[in-house]
Amino acid sequence: MSRSAGFGPALPAIVFLSVIFLFPVARFLSFSVEAGNLDWYAQALGKQLYLRVLWDTFEIAALVTFFCLLLGYPLGFLIATTTHFWATVGFVLVLLPLWTSVLVRTYAWMVLLGRNGVLNRLLIDGGITTEPLPLLHNFTGVMIGMVHVLLPYMVLLIYGAVRRLDPAIVQAAQGLGASTWQTFWRIYVPLTMNGIFAGCVIVFVLSLGFFITPALLGGGRVIMIAVLIEQQVRETLNWQFAAALSAVLLAATLLVYALAQRFAREESAS
Amino acid sequence: MSGRSILIAACVAIYFFLMLPLLVVFPISLSSAPYMQFPPPGLSWQWYSRYFADPQWIDATIRSLQIGVATSVLALVLGVPLSFALVRGRFPARQLLDRLTMAPIVVPSIVYSVAIYGLFAKMKLIGEWYGLALAHTVLALPFVVLVMIAGLRDFDRALEQAAEGLGASRLQTLRRITLPILRPSLISAGLLAFISSFDEVVVALFLAGARMTLPKKMFDNILMEIDPTIAAVSVMQILLVAIVLFLMARFGRGLSATAQ
Amino acid sequence: MASAELRLEGIGKRFGEVVALDNVSLVVERGELVTILGPSGSGKTTLLKVVAGFESPDHGSVKVDGVEIASLPPAKRNIGMMFQNYALFPHLNVRKNVAFSLEMRNTEKGEIDRRVTDALELVELAGYDERLPRQLSGGQQQRVALARAIVFNPRLLLLDEPFGALDRKLRETLQLEVRRLQQRLGLTTIFITHDQEEALVLSDRIAVMSKGAIQQIATRAEIYERPVNDFVADFVGESNIFHGVVSARNTVTLDNGRMLQVKSDATPGKRLGVLMRPERFSSSGANVFAGEVLDAIYLGASFKLRLRCESGIELLVRQPARGKLPMVAQRLTVGIDADELHLFDL
Repeated sequence: MSRSAGFGPALPAIVFLSVIFLFPVARFLSFSVEAGNLDWYAQALGKQLYLRVLWDTFEIAALVTFFCLLLGYPLGFLIATTTHFWATVGFVLVLLPLWTSVLVRTYAWMVLLGRNGVLNRLLIDGGITTEPLPLLHNFTGVMIGMVHVLLPYMVLLIYGAVRRLDPAIVQAAQGLGASTWQTFWRIYVPLTMNGIFAGCVIVFVLSLGFFITPALLGGGRVIMIAVLIEQQVRETLNWQFAAALSAVLLAATLLVYALAQRFAREESAS
Repeated sequence: MSGRSILIAACVAIYFFLMLPLLVVFPISLSSAPYMQFPPPGLSWQWYSRYFADPQWIDATIRSLQIGVATSVLALVLGVPLSFALVRGRFPARQLLDRLTMAPIVVPSIVYSVAIYGLFAKMKLIGEWYGLALAHTVLALPFVVLVMIAGLRDFDRALEQAAEGLGASRLQTLRRITLPILRPSLISAGLLAFISSFDEVVVALFLAGARMTLPKKMFDNILMEIDPTIAAVSVMQILLVAIVLFLMARFGRGLSATAQ
Repeated sequence: MASAELRLEGIGKRFGEVVALDNVSLVVERGELVTILGPSGSGKTTLLKVVAGFESPDHGSVKVDGVEIASLPPAKRNIGMMFQNYALFPHLNVRKNVAFSLEMRNTEKGEIDRRVTDALELVELAGYDERLPRQLSGGQQQRVALARAIVFNPRLLLLDEPFGALDRKLRETLQLEVRRLQQRLGLTTIFITHDQEEALVLSDRIAVMSKGAIQQIATRAEIYERPVNDFVADFVGESNIFHGVVSARNTVTLDNGRMLQVKSDATPGKRLGVLMRPERFSSSGANVFAGEVLDAIYLGASFKLRLRCESGIELLVRQPARGKLPMVAQRLTVGIDADELHLFDL
């Protein structure tokens, strides 16, 4: 009997998600359209101040993505091409920070980067600098913190892509005379492009919505859009504006995903 | 120096970067100084005793554990059947359902947190532990589904056919063959859901109200003062993650089951 | 005996555009072993699934001892099955695997123990009770699967290419074991395979399938010596197949012009297929072929030769290994008598 295991088992989850997820989000976003006009959007996208926030957010996300790729590719590559034992070790060392609470990690960075923090203490005591470096409560601190939090995601996605590569292809290339560098650029990079791409998309999108790290490590000076949204709800109690900002953030997120899918489809079609 | 050695050296440096924050909290938590100081002048358990002696910290921890377990259970109860439907179902809206399931990951957590806060505030659910469990379940569901789908893909349907041929009803097959064989995936999914709830901050900030979860208390603490008690809590949290990782490796699907 | 007669009538099944089963009818007598032989895509696995209950036919009937079972779920059909990749429950030990069917039938505990022990003895795995499937070799796993399939006294046994993953020697051993067991229990059995040697070893009758239809169903000897069409002639055994026309009494002219002496009273003008089995050639005969050796392969007990003869005919010839292996380009003459040729309709 051709059993089409149905749809039935999914029902409880569907009801649950509709009530506890779809409905609240839709309800909230609808606040942004007051009495049928889009004033709040005009403010969100029109006023210089808020445009600045949007721009900064995108800029930070792009930079974080870049650094995560730079640091993440070697790691993902190494784990994927080493023995089982070392790969497991490598995994543990990536999963441990990944699942350690964002708060713990952010707090640790505060300890490390502060004026009297570990890093500055070591530099001053070691005679390398005389003044403490401003690493906290600013752009630099936020960057370091975010790269640290998001790096594991990139590593895992790169790992997956490198794993899927047939080792015989690499061996063939080397047998045909390719040097290490050439093998890397002309074989590995193109053939793991989908992993690179996926990693960048995920990291970028996650960066857009980041809250904890910029809130704690930014010291009020680095306003990303998520921080702004929280302020609007907590302090200013301006739900409508918060909703408009959220809608913009969500739209940006969905746009990036959609572009990514379109690009990925073209890649695999060619 | 061969290309490989350069790579290994670079990776060691990168790993150092990754592990640095985790490592630094250990000595801080054992510091004998009365405030944040590095290097710590001496060793002492004082921050750990502070944590255990403070009813607020303990209460927050217990709340987090409670919510974590509830989330894990609920996410499994909802997510496992959902995964079956996604992998084996043949119905037109399957892609749509897949999108809906992954939606909680796509929507930025700040947006969801504010949205659910708005709703729950109206329903007077702020500060109630089950409200938080419900919200955490939404966030955990996609991960449960991802793990279960991977497990189901590897599952050999012939085993179910064999069971039925031998006289088992669909329910018996599920209970005695399918689920026991899927147990590693179930364990991994459950642990993943638990840890995602236990660590969750953003939603908790909004929904926890007066009676806090552990992350919320930590957040407030960090904002107000860098009291090394946080370091002690952080160390314990890291150890908890290590334990969970160990359980996953031993009883779950193993660490290469990285879907995302 | 618990064994039953299986009757399939007019079974049809399509998947979208593809016709998987095309009006298939088959009777398997009580206690008989019928092999369904065919290449992949021939529909044999689909047929098995229809009998087992995992697919329902678009039309046609499946009757066991006269009773229609098409509406019964697999669990209620009382049919034993052996799968290609064993499908042993990995989390249960050997005893629990075999006992499973009896537990599903709420058999009393002592009875279960007794019957499982008997079944394991039957497949020569007594004492392996506590082992887990992953601790067993391929051959042992298959035997557990066999024990599991028969312990509940099924009416029918279905085997889906169970020996594919095993090496040759093991395969041969298990084939004989299964055959012996089947005969001993008198169990009606359907065996699916694409391996024609296997089919020849095991079966009472063979049903050759292609493109969803049964091409021929007959005893082993019939299938091998008197195939009814191109497909069967080609699929079973090695063959030399040519097409031609009856040009005169007991004579066939092949399409390439060559004339053959045959034994036939078909009317002149009729198109026929001619089958010459490689091992039927000798050094002389009513039909003589002279040619040059293209390949000569030494197979231990025999020589396998490919000859290119006049009028472009290439022949596959098998000779018992006597004397020296003929060399490539050597000239060789073989002959075959009229009654060693087989003719079939086109």
